[in-house]
Amino acid sequence: MYRHTEFDRAFLAERNRQFRAQVERRIAGHLTEDEFKPLRLMNGLYLQLHAYMLRVAIPYGSLDPAKMRQLAYLAERWDKGYGHFTTRTNIQYNWPKLSDVPDMLDALAQVGMHAIQTSGNTIRNVTSDHFAGAAADEIEDPRPVAELIRQWSTDHPEFQFLPRKFKIAVIASETDRAVMKSHDVGLRLVGRAGARGFQVWVGGGMGRTPMVARLLRDFLPEADLLPYLEAVLASYNRLGRRDNKYKARIKITVHEQGLDAFRDAVEAEFPRRRAVFTGIDRDRLDEIRARFVTPRLPERDAAAYCSARDADPVFRAWSDTNVTPHRHADHGIVTISLKAHGATPGDASAEQMRLVADLAERYGHGDIRVSHAQNLVLPHVALSDIPAVHAALRAAGLGTGNIGLASDIIACPGMDYCALATARSIPVAQGIATRLEELKIEHEVGPLQIKISGCINACGHHHVGHIGILGLDRAGVENYQITLGGDPSETTAIGTRTGPGFAYDEIVPAVERLIFAYLDLRESPEETFLETFNRLGMAPFKSALYDGEARAHAAE
Amino acid sequence: MAREFTPKVVTANALIEGDVVYLTADDRWTRDLAEAELLTDEAEADYRLLQAQARAGEVVGAYLAEMRPGPHGPEPAHFREAFRRTGPSNRFHGKQAEEPSRA
Repeated sequence: MYRHTEFDRAFLAERNRQFRAQVERRIAGHLTEDEFKPLRLMNGLYLQLHAYMLRVAIPYGSLDPAKMRQLAYLAERWDKGYGHFTTRTNIQYNWPKLSDVPDMLDALAQVGMHAIQTSGNTIRNVTSDHFAGAAADEIEDPRPVAELIRQWSTDHPEFQFLPRKFKIAVIASETDRAVMKSHDVGLRLVGRAGARGFQVWVGGGMGRTPMVARLLRDFLPEADLLPYLEAVLASYNRLGRRDNKYKARIKITVHEQGLDAFRDAVEAEFPRRRAVFTGIDRDRLDEIRARFVTPRLPERDAAAYCSARDADPVFRAWSDTNVTPHRHADHGIVTISLKAHGATPGDASAEQMRLVADLAERYGHGDIRVSHAQNLVLPHVALSDIPAVHAALRAAGLGTGNIGLASDIIACPGMDYCALATARSIPVAQGIATRLEELKIEHEVGPLQIKISGCINACGHHHVGHIGILGLDRAGVENYQITLGGDPSETTAIGTRTGPGFAYDEIVPAVERLIFAYLDLRESPEETFLETFNRLGMAPFKSALYDGEARAHAAE
Repeated sequence: MAREFTPKVVTANALIEGDVVYLTADDRWTRDLAEAELLTDEAEADYRLLQAQARAGEVVGAYLAEMRPGPHGPEPAHFREAFRRTGPSNRFHGKQAEEPSRA
């Protein structure tokens, strides 16, 4: 876990002092809302449907127990006892009062956290692989690079007024667990001839014009990272459109200019940028690497894990889905599902947050991650401790064994909270998960990612869902479009629309029909939903959705 | 021919709490839609909105929301306003969990 320096603390304290004074001036009537709005957004404070919403950055999804406990404290002291983990690995509080927000930010600063650049046309929270530092297949921990980018991009004066927001993800393995190719810039750490460098991907994104990122640079030497990123950002800042916010993201710039022309612009800018970097960035990366304390994992006997799996079918089923092999064979990566059937995806109560902090401290070397799939991760747990972790999780309502299964649904807040939403998404997720639990079929169905957005902005990643659901407002009624064949992994693909949308009370049965169609169509239990779709195409699924007689097949 | 004017209420979010408020005929901000002034005249609605927007120290983002007249006061014409009046559907929070405020 990265430990912040004295400089970070002083910066945050000053920034919070400024915002406290801005809030005071707003409440006293010295600032209009037009003047205040950009100031509050710079500090992560939105106004939603029913209340303000504070979005707190969790850089690359990494937390330690002290931070998690402080998040729990905020939830209890100033909110309604819970927080919502998002697809950007941030946490959102749905009910803060404007007058309390300066105190909340001060409380966050005590543990080195903040809400800076969680809004606005800036470089947003840098995301990474939630298994970083533990995954068997990574070439190194990508988070020091993510931290370097965070420090460089925070309050970077040139990039505070970009044409639109800008999202960067960093991974270090071929397997993509961070939806890297759906980011404005995606970086993959690679090795070549003994040297470290990056594949640089550009122009991915979801929203109303979903695009898969394209390869901008096959191998960027590690030392050139920040000057090259500056060249990318500066080129985008200059070429990106400001006349139409729907055409302002870098994906449109790259699409309209052409990848080669955009690359030429970047390469022309790059030498100028590199000339002014003195090497301080490389020194800084070395310092950051030194400050990232990777836990030393002792040798542990895994016998207790194996015997628990043999003895307890519930534990066995849970560990099948929620435990991933660690690079140390006697350890495991534990994913804690925030998707109990019928619960709100990504919500955690203050008690649950504290329990996760306690478990991380006792069994997990103090390391906690937030995944973009809105779950929590204990990346380093000895296999022999996992039965105890599971028992504690179960007692707190956190023992759901569904990671990667159909009820492990991503859902944005939708119209239950979000001012931009065109329809609800949370109750659709709740309805699907509840139905799956009634049918008891999701283990039989196997890997299936359902993702739901409540508007075209696609915070719920519906474009890359194996089954994607988009909630719209059609003539004053909620209507849900389905896409199939999306893929969030390293073989990134955008889903295809099935046809006309479904009403609110039709969408859960429609998804059920798709799932039963898949069970009928698959060649074997090993063939996943996505593989079946890719083999057969849209037609049989479309038929299941829209042909009247297919309805009779739905269980009951 | 000019389109018929759909009735409106002036609504906004309270400056401090951020919760949904409506303008009453006697110039109060109420948390209870039933108490809101239903505006059936377009010019009057625009005027009331201007007056509301001038009260920047009390509310944020005032706008006109479409309503239908009902037996107990204005009723939302669109589901978005129905959620604003009620609160989220996944948790019993927001207006649905509060005592109606008559203050």
